[in-house]
Parts: sequence; structure tokens; C-alpha cells
Amino acid sequence: MTDTRTPLVEMKNISISFGGIHAVDNASVDLYPGEVVALLGHNGAGKSTLIKILSGAYKRDGGEILINGEPADINNPRDAKKYGIETIYQTLAVADNVDAAANLYLGRELRTPWGTLDDVAMEAKTREVMGRLNPNFQRFKEPVKALSGGQRQSVAIARAILFNARILIMDEPTAALGPQETAQVGELIKQLKKEGIGIFLISHDIHDVFDLADRVSVMKNGQVVGHARTEDVTKDEVLGMIILGKVPEKAIPGPGAMQTA
Amino acid sequence: MADITNTTHANRARSASENPVKRFFRATEIDTRLLGMVGAMLIIWIGFNILSGGLFLTPRNLWNLSVQTASVAVMATGMVLVIVTRNIDLSVGSILGFVGMIMGVLQAELLPQLLGFNHPATWMITLLAGLLLGAGIGALHGAIIAFLSVPSFIVTLGGLLVWRGATWFVTSGRTVAPMDATFRLMGGGTEGSIGATASWIVGVIACIAIVATIANSRKQRKRFGFPLRPMWAEYFLTTVGCALVLGAIAVVNSYPWPVAIARRYADANGIAWPEGGLFIPHGIAIPVLIAIVVGIVMTFISTRLRFGRYVFALGGNPEAAELAGIKTRWVTVKIFALMGMLCAIAAAISTARLNAATNAQGELDELYTIAAAVIGGTSLAGGMGTIAGAMLGALVMQSLQSGMVLVGIDTPFQRIVVGMVLVVAVWLDTVYRARAK
Repeated sequence: MTDTRTPLVEMKNISISFGGIHAVDNASVDLYPGEVVALLGHNGAGKSTLIKILSGAYKRDGGEILINGEPADINNPRDAKKYGIETIYQTLAVADNVDAAANLYLGRELRTPWGTLDDVAMEAKTREVMGRLNPNFQRFKEPVKALSGGQRQSVAIARAILFNARILIMDEPTAALGPQETAQVGELIKQLKKEGIGIFLISHDIHDVFDLADRVSVMKNGQVVGHARTEDVTKDEVLGMIILGKVPEKAIPGPGAMQTA
Repeated sequence: MADITNTTHANRARSASENPVKRFFRATEIDTRLLGMVGAMLIIWIGFNILSGGLFLTPRNLWNLSVQTASVAVMATGMVLVIVTRNIDLSVGSILGFVGMIMGVLQAELLPQLLGFNHPATWMITLLAGLLLGAGIGALHGAIIAFLSVPSFIVTLGGLLVWRGATWFVTSGRTVAPMDATFRLMGGGTEGSIGATASWIVGVIACIAIVATIANSRKQRKRFGFPLRPMWAEYFLTTVGCALVLGAIAVVNSYPWPVAIARRYADANGIAWPEGGLFIPHGIAIPVLIAIVVGIVMTFISTRLRFGRYVFALGGNPEAAELAGIKTRWVTVKIFALMGMLCAIAAAISTARLNAATNAQGELDELYTIAAAVIGGTSLAGGMGTIAGAMLGALVMQSLQSGMVLVGIDTPFQRIVVGMVLVVAVWLDTVYRARAK
């Protein structure tokens, strides 16, 4: 990690506990512009919790977040969006009963000069964005509930990129998708990278993300096991980090690394 | 480009394979569920008309039906938003009672001392005070639900008892009467109707509004190059809408004032009493006009404003709404405050109609209101419901009750029937939704 640029995001020594259990314990991760960092770990390793602190869904107990080197005050999802942080949740977090346009603009609706919803303008922009992401998408008037998993995923992604996100968090982005749709998401990630957006990919399945990521950060029991560039390590070595907490030579160990002595 | 051509082909292929009925519904975008309800209501109307020997479908009965529906219909519009967000409000009947009682005391006992009897400002002060009180009570409920995380069922169950008790407490159970003369107009009756000419004017304005709305939406969609409804469907919708409006006006305009009142009016104004009697039509009753305005405003709020969008998003997926940065707790407070305000309007209508405020006013109304919303297609699972559906639901409930009175069914059986209809209606709806998936 000889990168001398200022990281886009730096989460330093983050801790949070729920009822005495340390869900995240002294964890630090960082992300540079145009970089994809995969955050790996078992279910319950604390990766989703850590990232929810960044997206404002949880309040941290300790530690600090720097955005472009400056301390950021993130207490709720609205704050996070102000810093250009957009999240695509594992549960997709779409309102099932309203249409794609309503979901894309949820919380940031376009309005006419009279203060009413400008549905037509929102639909127009939605058609434009969705046309770029998923040209086959035609069901603009139907509630999102009626859509397939991949279509719902593209709605969630469109929603994130619509507002010029600089930092994109994707929690298990391909978990609900078929092979073809997964490939589509992969293409999309490459495209977003080119635009200089920093992306956190969260997954418990290394195969999903290994080829997409520039770096991996592995978590176990709420602690960071270590960081590594994907070109320096093999999938098996990363698996070792996930399962045993064993850090390979070329990786940088974190506080959660297995003590070898 | 290839995609566009492909979909056009697909669409054409799809419409060719559809039968004419399906194509008709898709082109006109008519909600088949709503249409089903209208159908059910027509069956109820025709059935009661036959059973009562032609008493049901008379201008007089339909006019009365519209007045009787107004109060519950007003509250049902708010109940839709409450239920859409997966809440319930059991306290609306008691809020109606309490606000009605306060408004009664205010106009019959307090304001006359200050302003004099039948002062022109009395009704406005009373109504304003009622609206504020209703909104305040609703906001209190909403705040307890949203910020203290007490389930709405419990908060409003408590409210049901608290406000009914408070109603009783205010005058120690005494009935307050009579109401202010101007205030009383909100209750309908011969005086509280706007007459034939004004009714026709309202009808014409409504028709112009229908045409303007349809034309405007077409223009907007054209501007952005979205798919348009076929022209015949636009004409069809406009025609049906206007015909319904004008038909309803014709009905209320063919219900004349009762002979005694017409005679008194003729004497007072020096009109010679003609041989066949004087035909003075009622026109639209003021409470009905209030309910229609409330329905339009609530539809506007729920479909055109950001607040309405949040209400539905919150009902569909509370977590997603929260993560999208919506201040969900404030939305909940606002919904209940709005509900309280609607209770105040309903209280004004029913106290004015009764010309008295009693401590039993609005009892069981919470159940009729919830039933109206649910029969009108509001899903208790949240996220689904329309204002128009709920108002239609209120009309269906009232039609059943009035019809049973006309046919001479005893009160206990009336309740049994209404209860069963509610269950059957929701069951049919469940079946419909399961099939629609």
C-alpha cells in the first residue's frame, strides 16, 4: 500500500456494540477513488455492521470517519448522502409497493414550482438512467414488487448512481441474481470504477467478488484480520483469512489476525 | 434502438393475443378492483330496491344516503393513510365525540356570552377550534406511537377510552343543544343544501376539471414521449366521468323540499302557493360537498405531494424509507394529526346534523371507519389503499345499513349482517389479490 493519495474514505478504529457484544471492534478500512475494496467475512463477522456505520444506519460508539482526509460527521442516512455515500443494501431496501421512479427518487423527489411531485420528470429521468443500466427494462408503471430479482437490483443500483455518488457501498450485490445478471452487475462496477467512484463490496462469498476487487479487507468476529491486494494473494489464502484468521505473507495483518507464535 | 423496436413488437403481439375485455381495461387503465366494488354496490342498491318495493332508488333515499355517508367517509380518507403505514386508529369515534362536545359547548354556551346569540363568526371560531383540537389530539397519539414506540393499537385503544370519558366529563353527561344556525348548515337538511342552480354549477365545474385533468396528463406524457392511452379511451373516460357527475346532480336536484317547509318558505317570501305544490330541489347537501372536497384534497395529498409518497413508501417498506433518509417518525405524527383533523370535520358534520352534542356521539364510528377503508381496498398489511376506494367503502356500508332499515330488518340483525359483510369482503379481496399475483 504505497498509495500516497488521500483516501476517499478512511474509517479509523471503529467500534460498536449491541448489548455488550462487540459487533465491530477497533476496525479500520480505507478506500481510494476508482478502487473496489471487497469486505469479506463470515455471516456475523461484522462487515455489514461496519458498513452501516459508514452509511449512517448505525451510530458508532468509537472511532472516526474521514472523507477526503477531513473528519466527517455521519449520524443518519441523510448525513451520509450529503458526503456522496450511497448504499445498496442486501435486502435491496426498495419500497415494494411503489414504482421504479418513486423508488429512485425516494427521499429526494423532484417537485414542480407548486410543490407537487413532478412524476413525469422523475419518470423521464428514470427511463434515461434505467435505459443505460438495463435497456430491456420496460415496466416503469408497475410496483417494484412485480419485478424480477435482477430488475429490482438494477432499480437499487440506479437509485444509488442517480445522485452522483462518489462512494458506493454494495452489500451482497449479486446474492439474489442469476449468472447473467451477475455479469451485468460486474460490467456496471467496472464502468463506475472508470468514473472514479470508490466502491465497497461486501460479501461472504469470495468467488462473487474476487475478480472485481482491487483489494480485500477481511473481518472475523468483529475485528479486521488483514488487508491484501488481490494480485498478491490467491483465493485460497483469502479463504484462510476468512476461516482461520491466518494472514498470508504479502498481506497486512490487522488486530484480528491469528496470533502465530 | 433494437430494444425499442423489439418491445413495440412485443407490445403489439401482446395486445393482439389479449381478448377485447382485457385490452379495454389496459387501455383505459381502470382499476378493476374499484369497478368490482361499484358493481357490488349496484347489486346492493338494486337488491334493496326490489325488496323495499322501489323505495331505495328514489332521489329522497339516495340524497339521505349521501348525507349519512358523509361523516364516516371523511374519516375513512384519513384512516387509509393510517392503515397504509401499518397502523390503526381505534380512537376516531371518541375523538369525534370529544371534539363535537367541545365545539357544542363552545358555540352553545361560551361564545353566545361573549359575542351574542347567533353571531356570524361563531361557526368559524368553533370549527377552527375543533380542527386545532382534533389535530392536537391526533398529534399527541402520533407522537406517543412514533417517539415512545408504543403500538398504535394500544395508544388509540387508550385514546378510545380517554376521549370518551373526557366527552362525558365536559358536561357531566348532559346533552348540549341547540347548535349555532350557521354551523347547523354543515349537517345538511333542507337549509343545508345548496339548491339546484348552485348544484349544476358545481357539476359543470367538476366536468371541466375532469376534462382538464385528462388533457393535462396527456400533454405531460406527450412532452416526455411516454406511451399514451389510445384516443378512444380518453374520450370514454371523460364521457363516463362527466355522465356520472351530472347524473348524480340530476338525482339530488329531483328531491324537492318537504311540502311543509316549502309552504313556510313561500309564505315568508310572499310567493303564491301553486296548485300542485312548490317544487324546490334540495341540490347537493353541504356535508356531502364537504366530504367530496375532503376526498379531493386527501387524494391530492396522497398522490401529488411528497408527504403522500412517504406515507406509501413507509407502508411498503419502513426500513427502506428510513434508509432513504425519510423522517419516518414525523411522517407518523403528521398522519395522526391529519386523522384528528378529519375527526373534527366529521364531528362538525354529525353535531350539526343532530343539532346537538351528546356524549354517545361517534360511538362505534371507529369500526365503521376502519371497515369502510378495508372494504375500500386498504390492505391491513400496509402499503396499499386509495382514498376513493375508502369513500366508496363508506358508501357501501351505509347503503347496507340504510337498506336494511328500509326493508325493516331489526337492529341486532343489521349488525350481524354488517359484520359478516366485512369479513366476506376482505376474504374476496384476499382471493382477488392472490389471483392478481
